[in-house]
Amino acid sequence: MSIVHFAGASGDRAKRDAQVAAGQQLPGVHAPGKPKFDWKNWLLDNIVTLIFWVFIILGFVLAEGVTINWFLTELCNRIYRNAFLVLALIIPVVAGLGLNFGIVVGAMAGQLAVVFVRYHDIGGFGGFMLCMALALPIAIICGWLTGTLYNKTRGQEMIASLIVGYFGNGVYMFIVLFLIGAVIPVQAGHPMLLPGDVGLRMTVDMGTIKYALEDLVKVPFAPFMVVCGALFFLYLIWNQFFRKLKPGQERMNKLKFIVYAALSLAVAVIFLVADITDSALTMVRKVPLGTVAVIVLLAVFTKWIMTTKLGQDFRSCGQNQHIAESNGINVDRTRIVATIISTVLAAWGMIIYLQNIGTLNVYTAHTQIGFFAVAAVLVGGASVSKATVSQALMGTILFQSMFILSPEIGQAVFGQAILGEYFRTFMVYGVIGLALGLYVWKANKQSKLRLDDPEDPMDKTVAEVVSGK
Amino acid sequence: MKKIVERIGIPTLAVTAMLVIVLITAAIQGQSLQTLFSDMLNRAGMNGLLVLAMVPAIKSGTGPNFALPIGIEGGLFALVCCMQMDLGGWKLMICSIALAIVLCTLMGYAYGKLMNCVKGAEMTIATYTGFSIVAFFNILWLVLPFSNRKMGWMLGTGLRETIQLDSFEAGGLISNLLAFQVGKITVPTGMLLLLGICCVLVSYFFKTKAGLAIYAGGVNPQFALAAGLNVDRGRILANILSTVLAGIGIIVYSQGYGYAQLYNGPMMMSFPAVAAVLIGGATAAKANCMNVVLGVFIFQGLMTAAMPVANQLFAGTDLSDIMRQIIQNGVILYALTQVKKGGDR
Repeated sequence: MSIVHFAGASGDRAKRDAQVAAGQQLPGVHAPGKPKFDWKNWLLDNIVTLIFWVFIILGFVLAEGVTINWFLTELCNRIYRNAFLVLALIIPVVAGLGLNFGIVVGAMAGQLAVVFVRYHDIGGFGGFMLCMALALPIAIICGWLTGTLYNKTRGQEMIASLIVGYFGNGVYMFIVLFLIGAVIPVQAGHPMLLPGDVGLRMTVDMGTIKYALEDLVKVPFAPFMVVCGALFFLYLIWNQFFRKLKPGQERMNKLKFIVYAALSLAVAVIFLVADITDSALTMVRKVPLGTVAVIVLLAVFTKWIMTTKLGQDFRSCGQNQHIAESNGINVDRTRIVATIISTVLAAWGMIIYLQNIGTLNVYTAHTQIGFFAVAAVLVGGASVSKATVSQALMGTILFQSMFILSPEIGQAVFGQAILGEYFRTFMVYGVIGLALGLYVWKANKQSKLRLDDPEDPMDKTVAEVVSGK
Repeated sequence: MKKIVERIGIPTLAVTAMLVIVLITAAIQGQSLQTLFSDMLNRAGMNGLLVLAMVPAIKSGTGPNFALPIGIEGGLFALVCCMQMDLGGWKLMICSIALAIVLCTLMGYAYGKLMNCVKGAEMTIATYTGFSIVAFFNILWLVLPFSNRKMGWMLGTGLRETIQLDSFEAGGLISNLLAFQVGKITVPTGMLLLLGICCVLVSYFFKTKAGLAIYAGGVNPQFALAAGLNVDRGRILANILSTVLAGIGIIVYSQGYGYAQLYNGPMMMSFPAVAAVLIGGATAAKANCMNVVLGVFIFQGLMTAAMPVANQLFAGTDLSDIMRQIIQNGVILYALTQVKKGGDR
């Protein structure tokens, strides 16, 4: 590192370099090789997750009517319902599109497929699979359109994705309230239609599609948890002691390993004891292996796709579009592919959600999906530029726990359940606002630390110089 | 031809064309155009100030104020507080507007500070700030000890969803001020006058030294900074102005509508206001009072006129509301594609 610097524009940089050379630690920058735990930054990074933990613990203390088996039944049910939708958000984040509120569009595509299948009164698992198949082409087209839009609103993708959800809602309502019946021919007097045979009624019964996936295979909860805990424990042991590392891979740090191993072992033992003694924990609803398998499959798929060429392209686009482009990646195409995958997953996620609920509320079922999924993934510790499968799953658990507990808290503390519901809404929007705000604030602070000066040619990235901007 | 289209802007032209088509259809259907015009004027007057609130925010460089609910909740809170004191008539109007100005100044200051922390993503953060504020005030409406029977539920605690202004002799007070009739068209002079005065004041403000400094900071922050202007302070000032306008705007809106809508009423109010100013020819980086007046008359006019027309064409369908959603969000999306560096990397 050179110590000699020119005065003037790069003066601050000179000072900074000199500081580094002298071995002083800069605020917010760790000197390499000397990892020191920075409480303040850690707190800032995890504030949203922490708020939720505190809230949930408080909830258990305050709301006395909540029994553990009721809570676990509710929570698991909500996880089966929502996890798929939350996982649909990961790929756009990695590809640098931010949090895709546009999954609402995918949800509407899924609903249209459900409407078609139910109109022809097809039920059962076959009907469910037909919904999935029909949703695929609709979602691909919608995803392609939204992806193209995101390319045209670069830098504003998140607000664009929110607005495109509202715009899509308008188009969707036009289809379900007007086109069906007025333009698309329908059978007069069909029970799904409004009187007058134009437009759909508010609710569509899912018929035998309800629980089509859930009822495939069911296993009791406690043994399931014992097996899960034991398997995870064995995986940890293998990962820590027996796995041959590929270059670039690292073992888990010791503390993390011990905590995880202890937790998984504890889960296995607790549920084993519960199963033997027949305690309240065995009263939790049976586990639908089908849904769990689908969620696990999607998690594995998301992890797998990141190791492929396409996944690498996603990551390159997410890190720096200039550099990705100059490395021969078709950035626009890659971003559209990411959006299409997300939209298709959202459509499927919505169908899984609906088969769990049992009725489709045609006009409103999709409206909150985007907010809830985004809030969940943020609560798991994800940010605009980074999201992982474990964050999505952890976030779903925390977020849904809050959702179950807040009316109970409202009832217990204020005697008004509605207050808890308003509080819940506040948490959803507040979490999104807080997490996004903190992210931008930190990013801005860091760019100041980098002493970004648009007039300073030294500050241009390589690609900016190459592209001549 | 292409140049003219570019000059006026595609959203303005498209929506104006729609308005003309709707009005012609109304005439063919034999609807009373005069009643229609009365309604259009009334609706435009009601929404005018909310749309005007976009101008300072856009000029200062923070983009359209998607956090309009902040100002709206401030205004509603002021209104409800004055109702609690059982003020009526003009006393209620003037006191609540005065209180709204004070409250919204404080809220706008905090909001401006926030906007300075999140430069580059203002629109997204603003939207969620707005949503959170609405949810927060939902809790307040329920918990705060308001005791005036005219605005509580019959049973239980908390404020009603909609509070009738007529029970405070304040319904339509500003609209009916100096109102006159041309044929069958009623002109809500008071509201239009207030909108006019505020437009002139805002325009004048942006001609003063402070206003020009804000504008310069919005156009080119680096340049303004180099010229020794305090850009951050200018953005705060502009957002205070925007929030205050929204606060007064909702009081004017409520008296025109006859009801104060609490709870989730204000949640989505920013989007039609943003769409209106964009339809008037503004962009995410450029706006003036002319855009406001044009936009609010075209957009709200279209919405008002479309309802009876659509109802007669396709009875029972909510087609005009669907049309509103598509136009409103389509226009905002179009504006987002035009944001600086929109299409390129």
